[in-house]
Amino acid sequence: MTSNTRITSISVTLLVLALAAPLVAGQPFYINIGSQVLIAAIFAMSLNILVGYGGMTSIGHAAYLGTSAYVVALLTLQHGFGFYAASAVALGVVVVMAAIFGAIALRGTGITFLMITLALGQTMWGVAFRWSDVTGGDNGLPDIKRPDLFGLNLVEPGLFYAVMIALFVIALVGMWIFTQSGLGLSLQGTRDQPRRMGMLGHHVWLVRWIAFIIAGFWAGVAGIAFIGYHGYIHPLSLGLANSAEVLLMVIAGGAGTLLGPVVGAAIVVVLKMVVSAYVSRWVLLLGCTFVAIVILLPEGVVPGLERLLKALLPETRDDGEASS
Amino acid sequence: MTTEIALQINGMTKNFGGLKAIDGVNLTIPKGDRRLLLGPNGAGKTTLFNLITGDLQPTSGSVQLFGRDITGLPSHHCAPLGLARTYQIITLFPKNTLAENVILSLLGISPLRWSPISRIKGRKEFEERARASLKQVGLEAKADRPLGETSYGEKRRLEIALALAQNPSLLLLDEPLAGLSRQERLDVQGLIEAIPRDITLILIEHDMDVALALADSITVMYHGRVICEGDRAQVVADPRVKEIYLAS
Repeated sequence: MTSNTRITSISVTLLVLALAAPLVAGQPFYINIGSQVLIAAIFAMSLNILVGYGGMTSIGHAAYLGTSAYVVALLTLQHGFGFYAASAVALGVVVVMAAIFGAIALRGTGITFLMITLALGQTMWGVAFRWSDVTGGDNGLPDIKRPDLFGLNLVEPGLFYAVMIALFVIALVGMWIFTQSGLGLSLQGTRDQPRRMGMLGHHVWLVRWIAFIIAGFWAGVAGIAFIGYHGYIHPLSLGLANSAEVLLMVIAGGAGTLLGPVVGAAIVVVLKMVVSAYVSRWVLLLGCTFVAIVILLPEGVVPGLERLLKALLPETRDDGEASS
Repeated sequence: MTTEIALQINGMTKNFGGLKAIDGVNLTIPKGDRRLLLGPNGAGKTTLFNLITGDLQPTSGSVQLFGRDITGLPSHHCAPLGLARTYQIITLFPKNTLAENVILSLLGISPLRWSPISRIKGRKEFEERARASLKQVGLEAKADRPLGETSYGEKRRLEIALALAQNPSLLLLDEPLAGLSRQERLDVQGLIEAIPRDITLILIEHDMDVALALADSITVMYHGRVICEGDRAQVVADPRVKEIYLAS
């Protein structure tokens, strides 16, 4: 067994244990934290497509989660849509929005790209905040009912968590397939050597634009899960703070790795939910955690631990020395 | 035998602000030619490559590749048309293995580059062709090493492998020997010589021994202009060439 397959099996084991942990703990409080971690994880994975695999740092990604959630809320509350029909429309809206915003943001790269995504994100926040006739403004939109699934009432935390696990696994597997696919490899190539990629026949702009839309789509999925969980949406969910938080999840966990955003999401949500129950200044603790990560594991928790594991498993190192 | 024209450049001009980097260049490269572009630093050789590949837009003039007008076409159109190039400054993928580097090149001319679901790794047509390309430049044994574990000389050879993997009709080599030791130069010279003759080559190189041995014909550029063209004897005998190289 090579160290890589060992690390994979360790990761899968840890992931399964982590997914089971809230159920073992049993209380709805922990199960609900589990659901929130998974929603944040799907959200962070979607941003990781841009930041990690595409090298495009966006700080307006909450706009897609929030818009999707608002569309579901508006359609179910005011237009008599069922939750699932509203979700389908929401995904369509978010995809179109990502296509338009992506076309605008991708006029720049690097800091320019970042600033445009920030501006576009804040525009959506402004719309949600100001257009109070429709969006409820600062009051937000409350009382969106959790749907049934196959006759099961998802208000029960355990059932909702089970659905979130299913959704998370679909997202994770989809992400894994994407990163190994032609388009996924092309995207990673455009991150590292855009000029060369162009010369090799890859349409750099178009690859990035499609990645932007895929990232928007998955953020929209996270938005549907978000509104399903909370039953409430407020303009803050679209805003800069939420965009920055998800970016921190990606960077802290390890951008450009499959599980990095998941670990980052778990760190942030658990600190937020669990630690805040005991420590009132939990944001300070979150800050300290990030400082510690930056100092100790600058490339993120997942790549850092991977490096550590590889060092601890020297006897199985698969570096091809034997063949040379 | 009528000679087909691989590359035809007419009246090419490129201004950077007030600087005329390329100043009315005409160039005709017949199919199968191995053309050496010579000239001191700043003569406009690499700029000419960038204009051919669409990295830069010409101020005026036109480029035809096998009779097809490609003037100003974005660079991603080059690969499907059979135009490949290497870079003077190494431009490879640092996070990937050598095989993965070549696979990105193969992917560039495959429709699978648009597929978000089809797994590329382990596909025979990619893996085998990548290994074949690496073998062509003598890097087969290192196929699964990350780029970071290779020497500078090996990176230079990988540069060429990436371009050759696409089986181009016209290959632009921008200083393929830059920074190499004597032995490495000979190695790379050998593998350039081994490139099939049906691939037309344009080569920028400062190492005269190697470059003159490789080239069928020579174009000398100076201050953005072509000042002399011909075979080795003609170029060496040209008084302007002597002046440029002896005076500077």
